[in-house]
Amino acid sequence: MNATDGLAVRDLAVNYGPVRALRGVSLEVPRGDVVAVLGGNGAGKSTLLRAISATLRFQRGGISAGEITFGGARLSGTAAAAVVAKGVVQVPEGRRVFARMTVEENLRAGALGVRDRRGTAKARDRVLALFPVLAERAGQRAGLLSGGEQQMLAIGRALMARPKALLLDEPTLGLAPMMATRIAETIREINAQGTSVLLVEQNAALALALASRAYVLEVGEVVLSGPAAELAASDEVRRRYLGITADEVTGRPAVTRPSLSRWSA
Amino acid sequence: MITFLELLANGISIGALYSLIALGFVVIFKATEVVNFAHASLLLAGGFVVAKLHPLIGFWPALAAGIAGAAAVGALIEFVIIRRANVTSHSVLAIVTIGVDIVLVTELTRQIGTDVLALGDPWGDQVVHLGPVAIAQTRIMALLAAGILIGSFLLAFKHTGWGVAMRATAEDHETAALMGIRLGRVSLGAWAVAGALAAVAALFLCVFPTPGLDRSTTFAAIKAFPAAILGGLDSTTGALVGGLVVGITEAMMSGYQNQLSFLGRGIGDAAPFLIMTIVLLIRPAGLFGTRELSRV
Ligand SMILES: Nc1ncnc2c1ncn2[C@@H]1O[C@H](COP(=O)(O)OP(=O)(O)OP(=O)(O)O)[C@@H](O)[C@H]1O
Ligand SMILES: [Mg+2]
Repeated sequence: MNATDGLAVRDLAVNYGPVRALRGVSLEVPRGDVVAVLGGNGAGKSTLLRAISATLRFQRGGISAGEITFGGARLSGTAAAAVVAKGVVQVPEGRRVFARMTVEENLRAGALGVRDRRGTAKARDRVLALFPVLAERAGQRAGLLSGGEQQMLAIGRALMARPKALLLDEPTLGLAPMMATRIAETIREINAQGTSVLLVEQNAALALALASRAYVLEVGEVVLSGPAAELAASDEVRRRYLGITADEVTGRPAVTRPSLSRWSA
Repeated sequence: MITFLELLANGISIGALYSLIALGFVVIFKATEVVNFAHASLLLAGGFVVAKLHPLIGFWPALAAGIAGAAAVGALIEFVIIRRANVTSHSVLAIVTIGVDIVLVTELTRQIGTDVLALGDPWGDQVVHLGPVAIAQTRIMALLAAGILIGSFLLAFKHTGWGVAMRATAEDHETAALMGIRLGRVSLGAWAVAGALAAVAALFLCVFPTPGLDRSTTFAAIKAFPAAILGGLDSTTGALVGGLVVGITEAMMSGYQNQLSFLGRGIGDAAPFLIMTIVLLIRPAGLFGTRELSRV
């Protein structure tokens, strides 16, 4: 693995005015990998993705230190459109589909950052193969889709730019378990087709199952990182992010626990 | 009855011009969320270029130059002032445009002086008779031109990449940027288009029966504000309907001034603002002002 091959964040610090949201954050998404970023509310996950996509200015924030590169080329200091042109595309938190535009127009909007008609036609075929429901709803206003369908549209819209690296901000937020599983399968498939993925999630179980490496953010700093399997096995992650109690961590077989543990103690 | 039809035809024709101006106003608002009070100066600039150039290069080339000139002034305002103004509030930018308007209008009216400049149009004062109804040829041309421009604009807005970029930006700036849409270009394009539309409106506002371009031409532009606002600042449909409402009301109020004398003289000029106030009292977002149509 070449360090400059994929997406690299080095010693990143981000401020929103006087508020420091990230400090000393370094991470790497090697080409072809899925990398997860875990962390609770306000840990700075979305801030990290905004810094990569160069959209901090919309929140009146800015990078105060550090650097972001992709394939060796600097992303930090460029414009949002340049980041997309280099192949790094984000699916924002809360889907943010263009509600008053049709599904088809949303997909078209996703391709506006790249000028390549034939590539765009191919990208559309790929998106509609991944999400056939988008073809069925092509003429419908995006605001009328269900939450799960909107998430598919948001991912499909980002794929229209044919990204080399896809940034996903809590794609399963607010979705029913079935739909979350469906989205997870799709992410795996997108990755299998050759797109690197940086996956921000609060659903740690799902993220760790998909990712090869993971980072844990807390109040703006990376507090843990390592191979996803190791993190999934670590006591701290299990307790804090997988919602598994100390009892289970110590290895008492779950089946023997009475289901109404409050009464049995 | 004949008077009524004549007034209606004239009202629609003038209204279509207000629609053209209001459309530019709405496009700028959608792309940048800035209420552009410098719109009257764009219009005056377009008309001024046509007036000055037509004796030298002929009417049609002068018209093309006027359209290009007003588009360039619009683009310049965006590029030099709006884009660089380091303010985060859109209402502050709106006030900045008032300043721009005062500077430009003052300079242009100084250039015009007390003259009334002819625009050299080929239609003159000919009148067309449709049965018993007499309409100035310029009014018919105005309606045609406005119709064609509005139609092409709406088609482009709906179907071209430019239109999709424009609408995406209007709906959500930040997400549009995430798609790689260059917001600077969208905004520059909006100001240029608004300038071009205003220049065409300027031409038809200054031809027969109006004597020509003079310092009062900006008052006509000011009537397009209530048109845009009563239609809904962020609605292209609203701009079209608002323009027609203002045009027809104004024509009727002026035409039946004697019967309406109890309302006072000059009610025609005040009518657009009265209607705007009434509409805003009932619907604060204007007739077609949009609310989010989203379930999430
Ligand atoms: N526009 C802003 N202005 C000021 N502070 C902000 C802004 N956006 C975020 N912050 C602060 O930066 C920190 C990180 O926020 P961020 O949105 O990146 O967290 P997050 O990990 O994405 O949280 P969540 O899981 O709730 O989405 C928080 O303390 C937040 O209050
Ligand atoms: Mg977030």
